[in-house]
Amino acid sequence: MSIWEYANPKKFMTTTAPVLPWMVALSALCLVVGLVWGFFFTPDDYRQGSTVKIIYIHVPSAMMAINIWAMMLVTSLIWLIRRHHVSALAARAAAPVGIAMTLIALVTGAIWGQPMWGTWWAWDPRLTSFLILFLFYLGYVALWEAIDNPDTAADLTSVLCLVGSVFAILSRYAVLFWNQGLHQGASLSLDKEENVADVFWIPLLVCIAGFVLLFIALVLIRTRTEIRARRLHAIRMRQRMG
Amino acid sequence: MSLVVENLSCARGGIPVLERVCFALNPGEVLVLRGPNGAGKTTLLRTVAGLQPPLAGTVEAEPESVAYAAHADGLKATLTVAENLEFWAGIFGTSGIDAALTAFDLEALVDRHAQNLSAGQKRRLGLARLLVTGRPVWALDEPTVSLDVASVGLFGAALKGHLAQGGSALIATHIDLGVEARVLDVTEFRATPEAGGGAFDEAFA
Amino acid sequence: MIRLFLRDLKLAIRSGGGFGLGLAFFLIVTVLVPFGVGPESGRLAAIAPGILWLGALLACLLSLDRIFALDYEDGSLDLLATAPIPLEGVAAVKAAAHWVTTGLPLTLAAPALGVLLNLPGPAYGWLVVSLAVGTPALSVIGAFGAALTVGLKRGGLLLSLLVLPLYVPTLIFGAETVRRGAEGLDVTTPLLLMAGITLGAVALLPFAAAQALRINLR
Repeated sequence: MSIWEYANPKKFMTTTAPVLPWMVALSALCLVVGLVWGFFFTPDDYRQGSTVKIIYIHVPSAMMAINIWAMMLVTSLIWLIRRHHVSALAARAAAPVGIAMTLIALVTGAIWGQPMWGTWWAWDPRLTSFLILFLFYLGYVALWEAIDNPDTAADLTSVLCLVGSVFAILSRYAVLFWNQGLHQGASLSLDKEENVADVFWIPLLVCIAGFVLLFIALVLIRTRTEIRARRLHAIRMRQRMG
Repeated sequence: MSLVVENLSCARGGIPVLERVCFALNPGEVLVLRGPNGAGKTTLLRTVAGLQPPLAGTVEAEPESVAYAAHADGLKATLTVAENLEFWAGIFGTSGIDAALTAFDLEALVDRHAQNLSAGQKRRLGLARLLVTGRPVWALDEPTVSLDVASVGLFGAALKGHLAQGGSALIATHIDLGVEARVLDVTEFRATPEAGGGAFDEAFA
Repeated sequence: MIRLFLRDLKLAIRSGGGFGLGLAFFLIVTVLVPFGVGPESGRLAAIAPGILWLGALLACLLSLDRIFALDYEDGSLDLLATAPIPLEGVAAVKAAAHWVTTGLPLTLAAPALGVLLNLPGPAYGWLVVSLAVGTPALSVIGAFGAALTVGLKRGGLLLSLLVLPLYVPTLIFGAETVRRGAEGLDVTTPLLLMAGITLGAVALLPFAAAQALRINLR
């Protein structure tokens, strides 16, 4: 019994089918509870007023934007090394979700930044890094879309993801070097005492859990769709071959 | 120096086209590949040349013994005939392009730029490249396209010379080259949907 | 491999587009900038380091798709892949040839264009040094992008989309070097960081490019 067993498309389909509804339901529950709690049942910040409540969307989406790229890197490596097709398809499925998360983080950041810093956009290192991450996502998805042969596309995007990861990290430090910035420190750390009080912290955790579950559910749905599309393609080919 | 292909399955665009291809090619032999368009002759040649990995099976040959020539001749329009050949001789670490020029009757054209050659002359130059590679096994994809009768004769003579030196050739062609050759009909090895040839799309279906 | 390098140079010279096109593009970008931002010399001097680096970068981008596409179309790449030289070497040599035909002329021409933008005196030396150190990275990164997109019909636009984010660190450190040079500050840190990126890219990316080429050829 090895974990690689689940990399078989058939096994993956039968395993994820019963899990999927639970994931969807759980993520919906977490998001509704977390967001309602965060928006309506937490006190306003003494300095930032009610605008602070946007962190319940901003922080989880920003975390996911980075973590999704990391997940794509891991699945790309698995594909390059072990040639499990589900892995490559999962990377493909995750990328548009990553784009959406990056966009949400950028837009909510702008909305939050307007009252706080008096500007929608500043070339702050964090904002700039997210913008660059967004460009990396765009290039990755564009390469997937441009290549017809699915295996070739999986190989090339995996190589791009690998090289891109190195350059994304380089860019991050280059941007830090370039401009020191306005953005507050990370809102979260393991030592929560330093950052936010419990009243904000707990609903935020619920929201983050909701975003993670939402991501898992979306990737499962999209990977299942990709597998079905490949299956359809295989059946068509088979018919053409006679 | 022989080329041995065993149980070879290969795919084009992710779809298996040939499976369980077996043959051996000994020095001095020519094997002609036959089959309708799309049967997988080019795919087989590219796999033998090492340009694409086999789905299954093995291609056993001496390392760096196969010279590949396809529809595109790999000529640079702004280089002269001699410069084109010298470049490939340099890349393959051989010297002397005179024999190749003579064999394909290109001496008169040495200083002509490749862009000013006719299609048949370009083809002859592309085939002359095979002689400067110094490799014993030729894998050729339709070598006689756009050649006239006389040029086909030149190619046949060059091929005979190559065989006499212990070379061998795997050729996809439909015309008679004037050399003794075995024929391999690739349609016999057409990949069947049931077996799938180890292609992955199986796991999806 | 030297043969391949010499052939690529010869092809670039004979086809004409090699040296001239990038330089002309660099010139035009530099000339257009004052029309966009106004002729005031103080403002031009302030933005000159960035504009010169950006212009050089875009000029470099212009000829990237030719690195492998021409050889792919005429079948040379298939033949090179079956030749006794490793594909990693082919990728490295092609990137080097691209640098000699693009990056090197841009580096040499940059001071002349710096005059047009009122680049402050002390910056000229650092402009040349930073471009000399940084443009090899642009060529190698570009060769990797070109290898990824070599088989595609509309590869050119996609190539830009893939390569531009990868150029960010080099651009930041390069422009920063010149800016600090212009202000008479210490340039060591950005220059060394950029040199590090260049060396890392030159050492590793030919392998990634060769892998991408193998995938595209099969």
